[in-house]
Amino acid sequence: MSALLSIRNVVKGFGNRAVLRGITLGIDSGEFLTILGESGSGKTTLLRLIAGFERPDSGEIWMADERIDELAPYNRHVNTVFQSYALFPHLSVFENIAYGLRVQSTPKLEIPKRVEQALAMVKMSDYAQSSPSRLSGGQQQRVALARALVNRPKVLLLDEPLSALDANLRRQMQTELKSLQREVGITFIFVTHDQEEAMALSDRIALLRAGTLEQVASPREIYATPATAYTAQFIGQTNLLKAQIRNGFASSSGMTWQAAASQVAPASLPASDDGPAKSNPQSRTEANSPSNATFSLRPECIHLADTSSNAANNAVRFAARVTNQTFGGATDLLELTLSDGRTLRARIPSRGTIEGPTQFEFSPQDATQVKDSEPN
Amino acid sequence: MSANSNSPASPKSLWLTIYATCVYAFLYLPIAVLAIYSFNGTGVGGFPPKNWTLSWYRILFKDDAIWNTVLNSAIVAAIAVAIAITLGLLAALALDRANFPGKALFRRLVLLPLILPGIITGLSLLMLFVAATMKLSLLTITLGHGTALISVATTEIFAGLQKLDRAQEEASLDLGANHWITFWRVTLPNLKVSMIAAALLVFTLSLDEIAVSFFLIGRSNTLPLEIWSRLRRGITPEINAISTIILLFSIALILVWYRLRTRTSNEAAAVLPSTIQGEQA
Repeated sequence: MSALLSIRNVVKGFGNRAVLRGITLGIDSGEFLTILGESGSGKTTLLRLIAGFERPDSGEIWMADERIDELAPYNRHVNTVFQSYALFPHLSVFENIAYGLRVQSTPKLEIPKRVEQALAMVKMSDYAQSSPSRLSGGQQQRVALARALVNRPKVLLLDEPLSALDANLRRQMQTELKSLQREVGITFIFVTHDQEEAMALSDRIALLRAGTLEQVASPREIYATPATAYTAQFIGQTNLLKAQIRNGFASSSGMTWQAAASQVAPASLPASDDGPAKSNPQSRTEANSPSNATFSLRPECIHLADTSSNAANNAVRFAARVTNQTFGGATDLLELTLSDGRTLRARIPSRGTIEGPTQFEFSPQDATQVKDSEPN
Repeated sequence: MSANSNSPASPKSLWLTIYATCVYAFLYLPIAVLAIYSFNGTGVGGFPPKNWTLSWYRILFKDDAIWNTVLNSAIVAAIAVAIAITLGLLAALALDRANFPGKALFRRLVLLPLILPGIITGLSLLMLFVAATMKLSLLTITLGHGTALISVATTEIFAGLQKLDRAQEEASLDLGANHWITFWRVTLPNLKVSMIAAALLVFTLSLDEIAVSFFLIGRSNTLPLEIWSRLRRGITPEINAISTIILLFSIALILVWYRLRTRTSNEAAAVLPSTIQGEQA
C-alpha cells in the first residue's frame, strides 16, 4: 500500500438518510488534499469518520498497515482543527497547546520546549499566557493549528477552518497554511465548500457530491478536464454545449468541430492532453448513427476572431451578438447570444465596448466532453 | 399623540409609576419592617418605632440555643448540597448525553419534586423512614433535603451542559485523552460555574426549608423550625434580629450567584465579536 491513508468503500448513514454512499480514496504521505463539496454533500462526515468521531456503517479506513476505523479517536495518529476552533476556554493558550502532550504523558521537561516551538511556528509566542477568549478569530485559528500540530500527527484534518474569517484575513491564512504544510510535511486533509480556496491550496481536490466522489484530481486537471457537467459547473465557470456527434464530428448551434478520439470514448477520469487527433479511429458502434454528448467550454477559451486572416488550426468560428458586457478589470465578461438564441459566456482581455454581430472562435481541444450528471 | 403618551409626564406613565411602586412596596415593605423592628427598643408593638437599640442583637448573640440550630441548619444544608450536586450532575449527564428507553419518563420523574408540594414530599419521606425503621433526626432531614433538591441541581447543571460546546470534548478525545480524562479535564471545569450556582441555590433553599423538615424532625431543630416554634410562644425582636442576619446572608449568596452568571455570559459574548474582527498582529 503506497497510500498513507486509504478509505475503502466507506458507507455512512444517519437514520434513513444516506450521507456517504461508498467512498474509496487514497491519500499520499505529505499530500494536501481538499475534500470539496456543497453543504450536505457529506464532506464533514467523511472527516469525522477519519478522526474517529463516527464509525462507518460499512467499509474500512486504513492508515499505513493499520486498520483505524474501529479505533477510538484518542488512539489514532490524527489531529483535527475544528470549524469552531474548540479551544478550551478555561486554559491559557500555552495550556491549550500543552493539553495533548500532557494527556499522552510526554516527559515533563520536553513539554515547554515543544509548546514554544509550536507557538513560534504559528507566530503566537507573545500570547502564551493569554486566555483564548481574548484572542481575535485569526489568532484563535493559529492556536488551534498549533494545538493540533504539536502532537506531530501523521494526518491533520481541517474542517472549514477559515470560514469564520473575513476575506482579507482568509487569503492571508490560506498562504500561511500552505507554507506551513510544506514546512512540516504532514498530510493535510482540508474540508471546504469554497472552490477557489480548494484550487489555491490543494495538491489534489476530491469533489464530493451527495455522498459520492464526483472526481479526484489536481486543481489544474479538474479545471481543464472536468469529468462531469457537475464538476465543470462547480469548479469555475463554464458553458455546457449540448452537441450531436456523427462520424467523429460534434455539432452544436451551427458550430461543428472534430471531437478528439479520447473524448469520443466514454468520458472517464483520466485526462488527455493529446489535442485533436488527426484522423479519428471511429468507434464501431457510433460509426454512422449520431449520438448526443455534452461539452464543457470555459469562458476564457472563447476568443475574438481575427477576421483579417483565416481560422488557424481548425479553430471553430461563429457569429454572435454581445448582449451583455461586464468590466472586470483585466478581463471583460461577455454574454454572447447565438443565432439560435442560445447564450454563451466569454471572458476576453479588456477592451472597449463591443457592438453588433461579431466573430468569435474557440479551439476544439478546449471543448472537453463531460458526462451528464444524474440529478439527485 | 403617540409621542405625547410616551412622555414621562403623561397620566399613563404616572399611573405606571404608582402601580410599580405599589408592587414593590407589597413585596419588600414587610421585609423592611421586619429589619427595622429588630432595632426597636420597645419590642414589636407600636408605630412608629422608638428608642433605637442594638440590644436585641446582643441578646441574640448570647442565645446558644438559637446558634445551635443555625449550626444544625448549616450542616444539613452543606450535606444536602453534596448529595444534590453529585446526584444532580449524574442525572444531568444522563439527560444530556445518554439515550435510553424511558428517558422522557426519567426526565419528568427527576424534575417532579420541583413542582411537588413540600407537604407531599415530606409526608412520603416520613412514611419511607418509618417503614425503614430509621429514627427521625438531622440525618433524615438531610436525606430529605438532599433528595428533594436533586431536581434543582439537575436543572441548573443541565442548563450548563446545554451551553457547553461539544466540540471541546471531541477536541480533547482528538488530542489523545480518553473519555474519563476528558470528563475531568474539560467537561467538569466547564461546568464549574453551573455547579457553584446550583450549590448556592440548594444551600439557600435548604436553609429556609420548613415543610419537608417539619415531617422529618427529630430532637434537634433546624433554624426555621426553631423560629417557628418560638413564634408560637410570642414574638420578640430577637427573631427579627436573626431574620435580618439571614436576609443579609441570603442576599450575599444571591449576589455571588448572579455575578458568576453574568461573568460567564460575558466571557461567552467576548469570543463572538472577535471572530468577526480582523486581526491586529
